[in-house]
Amino acid sequence: MLRLPWYTEWLLCLVNKMRESHIMKIHYGTALAAIGLVAVHILMRLTQGFAESLEYESVIENYKFLPYAGLLEIILILLSIHGFNGLRVILLELKQGRIYEKAVSYGCVAAMIGLIAYGSRTIIMVNTGMI
Amino acid sequence: MAQTPSIAEEKTSSAVSSSKSITLRIARFNPQKDSDTSFMEFKVPVEKWTTVLEAILDVKKHFDHSVAVRYSCRQATCGSCGMVINGKPRLACFTKISELNSDTVTVEPMHNFPIIRDLAVRFDRLFNSHHKVKPYLIRDDTDVSSDTKEILQSPEELEQFIQFSNCIKCGLCNSACPTMATDSSFVGPQALAQAYRYVADSRDKGKDNRLKIIDESHGIWRCHFAGSCSQVCPKGVDPAMGIQLLRGYMLGFRS
Repeated sequence: MLRLPWYTEWLLCLVNKMRESHIMKIHYGTALAAIGLVAVHILMRLTQGFAESLEYESVIENYKFLPYAGLLEIILILLSIHGFNGLRVILLELKQGRIYEKAVSYGCVAAMIGLIAYGSRTIIMVNTGMI
Repeated sequence: MAQTPSIAEEKTSSAVSSSKSITLRIARFNPQKDSDTSFMEFKVPVEKWTTVLEAILDVKKHFDHSVAVRYSCRQATCGSCGMVINGKPRLACFTKISELNSDTVTVEPMHNFPIIRDLAVRFDRLFNSHHKVKPYLIRDDTDVSSDTKEILQSPEELEQFIQFSNCIKCGLCNSACPTMATDSSFVGPQALAQAYRYVADSRDKGKDNRLKIIDESHGIWRCHFAGSCSQVCPKGVDPAMGIQLLRGYMLGFRS
């Protein structure tokens, strides 16, 4: 039988038990926080030219600067939570049914974890010298 | 002695002199026989005061008695004759043809309701959702004793919910709601407005219970505040505002 990691099981259990109002408070909170942090992120990008900021070396340097890498990580988490919950809401309105709704909820949580893990992996690889 | 005219002699709108006539397009659909909706057109004489319901009844009386339509009070009180008139959900008895400013009036059954036949729709979902939000005062002291004959309320407290008491359950708000069109489990603006009506009532003690009922995946959070429910209400109820005020309770802005 497929056994999920403990944190995934814990998260799914939490999502299952959460009331919709709790989820929506998180949804609104992540949106507000993301607006603030993305504004900081854009301001920091403005210190460099647009083309320059997208150069490979610049990106690697940014990831190596831990406070900024932390900011990017937080933005990734906030936008992943907000975005995948938004997707869940859209999909729930598109079609109804117990199995479908469970699949959508679990699928969105899994996709959110996957995206955060993939984004974090890049930052970790840069800072551990793997890149 | 004055003679009372028999029913057969009774004058109808088509019998009296009419200065104008319009084309009434009626949607015809019988789920047991038809695969798609078709429209039948009738030339109907109208006066300045003729309502859409009167025109439909004129068609039933003189052209085609098989047109299915639900109606009762003819004075916007019972909420039976809701239908889509020229693309907008309205009460047929409360809509004068002259105010539509069109020579063609198209009537269709309300959207987001299963059709029984032609213009008559099923109200099961609306009534189930309405029942679900417990549309009555919840109190521990249900028996009125001699010393508590009345549960007093100030005008300010009454003002909090009085407009929502005007709901006649006609279903026009649910018909206009875009979320109702896609989400078959959505509780709907009518039930949510009624939930607010009782939550905001100072005499009610069932707030937590009621908020819990609507706080589910197809509950209050699926409203996207399109506001079309408030646009079409014939009684001036503002369900969209009620929903936002209810959200205030859930987000902790109101208590």
